Amino acid sequence: MTSRKTVLVLGGSSDIGRATARAFAKAGYDVALAGRDVAVLEPDAADLRARYNVEVGIHKFDVLDTASFDGFVDALPALPDVVISIVGLLGTQESAQEDLAHATTIMRSNYEGPSLILGLFAEKFLARGNGTIVGVSSVAGDRGRASNYVYGSAKAGFSAFLSGLRARASRGGLHVVTVKPGFVRTRMTEGMKLIGPLTVEAPVVGDAILQAVEKKTDVVYVSGKWRLVMLIIKTLPEAIFKKLKF
Amino acid sequence: MTLVSGWGRFPVVDTDLRRPRSFAAVGEAVAGLAGAVARGNGRAYGDAAIGAARTVAMTGFDRVRSFDPATGRIRLEAGLLLSDLIDTFGPRGFLPFVVPGTRFVSIGGAIAADVHGKNHHCEGGFGRYVDSILLRTGQGEVIEASREQNSDAFFATVGGMGLTGVILEATMRLRPVETGWIRERVISASDLDAAMRALDAGDSATYSVAWIDCASRGRDLGRSLIYLGEHARADELAGGAGAFPAGRNPGLAVPVDLPSMTLNRYSIRAFNELYYRMGARRAGGNHVVSLYPYFFPLDSIADWNRIYGRRGFLQHQCVIPEQGARDVLGDILDRVARRGDASFLAVLKKLGQGDGILSFPLPGYTLALDFPMKGDVLNFLDEIDRLVVAAGGRLYLAKDARQSRATFEAGYPALSRFNAIRKSLDPAGNIRSKLSQRLIDEV
Repeated sequence: MTSRKTVLVLGGSSDIGRATARAFAKAGYDVALAGRDVAVLEPDAADLRARYNVEVGIHKFDVLDTASFDGFVDALPALPDVVISIVGLLGTQESAQEDLAHATTIMRSNYEGPSLILGLFAEKFLARGNGTIVGVSSVAGDRGRASNYVYGSAKAGFSAFLSGLRARASRGGLHVVTVKPGFVRTRMTEGMKLIGPLTVEAPVVGDAILQAVEKKTDVVYVSGKWRLVMLIIKTLPEAIFKKLKF
Repeated sequence: MTLVSGWGRFPVVDTDLRRPRSFAAVGEAVAGLAGAVARGNGRAYGDAAIGAARTVAMTGFDRVRSFDPATGRIRLEAGLLLSDLIDTFGPRGFLPFVVPGTRFVSIGGAIAADVHGKNHHCEGGFGRYVDSILLRTGQGEVIEASREQNSDAFFATVGGMGLTGVILEATMRLRPVETGWIRERVISASDLDAAMRALDAGDSATYSVAWIDCASRGRDLGRSLIYLGEHARADELAGGAGAFPAGRNPGLAVPVDLPSMTLNRYSIRAFNELYYRMGARRAGGNHVVSLYPYFFPLDSIADWNRIYGRRGFLQHQCVIPEQGARDVLGDILDRVARRGDASFLAVLKKLGQGDGILSFPLPGYTLALDFPMKGDVLNFLDEIDRLVVAAGGRLYLAKDARQSRATFEAGYPALSRFNAIRKSLDPAGNIRSKLSQRLIDEV
């Protein structure tokens, strides 16, 4: 048995998930990786063990299978110190406009599933008297835009959930971090036109999440430039904003 | 299609750039007669890591598969960067045996170019510490190649510029070290003879390299600063220094393409004068320096290749066999000094025998020079090549963007053996790069 802290990464096989797991393992955390396909997590678990000499566990987790959540939490060998949800689905805005099933999957993957599972951990952490919850939301949730409002509205709901949870729990020893990465060069954004100066690599997000947890930051815009960009976007009057098609 | 270039930013080529995420997807990207080659972190200077039609980016494969701290043996995916390896395993007391002048190269790229470091004269190149390579050959087989098993494929892949297939993983040995610091001794040499004598005297040093002032002429021709280095033991560190120095990300960056006139004969001469005088002042004593500035002085300036402007630059790195090297090097340096636009990045060092069939090193002296891509530089370098060939020397493929077939064939007499092995691994010719089209492939 070790006395090290443990971090649980939901969505551990994503590029941001891998980078985040590495940042925490490097800082000495034991790691639990959770994802839909445990086979793809195995090489990443081996990587963390070889690099940082930490304990790494693998767990099956499907964000759309909300009925499994209680069992998932109970089956963990120990309640972690930090839980990070990196789960999400960008989807395609055009398809989501016509295809209810696709829109539903986007909404459930970005709002319903992440909120419910983090809510479960929040209750456990409050009962224990400590713990940190990190939700990777998106700048897209700051204001619904023509080009991605199905995804954005789900992220907005997730951000609101995290904000409310933080307000409720801050006196109970639970800390809640909301992360808004902006553009990140990952598989999810491959092929998209990203604006260079506003784009970061996945390890930058991982390091930012570790810092936010250790410094107890509430809301993190990974690149500070995004805070300004979204402030402008948020304060545009609706009459002007609705004419913008971005 | 995507515009891609090497570190020298010449040539720029429109290529079908793929980023596979599984080894199966690598296979799909390479199959089908497209003429593809793997690309690591894009630090080869010229056209080595650009496919004839398709380029397969490997940096997504950056996992450590296993590590044994008892032996220092490590199994890695080929897209992992040397910087990552150093930052991760340095603090645990292990460093690569061989590092080139930048740490931002992939393991696969380092094997494919059989890169050398400041210790080549006594410890050999990168390939010497590679025990085994997982290779996806051009005809679609995935084989493990080592000195014992598939040894032809192994020795063709070490230094083979990616032309035997895609390197997927490798097993290599790391060097156990007490610290991440280097005990450095600087020697100032007032001319080429003194510099070569100092390098010869440094044969017993683990690391030795000379920065050479290629702007000075006449009796100052070839004046140099020689940097010798040894791994510092823990008891040689100043009190308070940690066993491993902090790995810093580049602090400075060249934010835009500088106008190509930034480097001219006056600015280069002024820089070199200052650099030589500052170095000469430190000469003699021992200093303990962090491995980062010792091995990777230019890595502290991100995107330093932009200093040459939008047209890019050429690096010319030759090796001249020991016998008669003095006169040839003197001739090259004199021509370069008279021309006046060679940069401040001139390096002279000794090499030993290479390991791979197409490995660049041979026992002698290697000289690396940068030139802005403009004017008649191509003709000028052709003249230099004639001197190199006449002396039995050759050019480094990882730096090359412009040598002729004749120069290449003269310098690499083992080419026919390489071609035969390549043919057996890739009979249909699926693996082809811009470099292989320029220098090797049948037209």
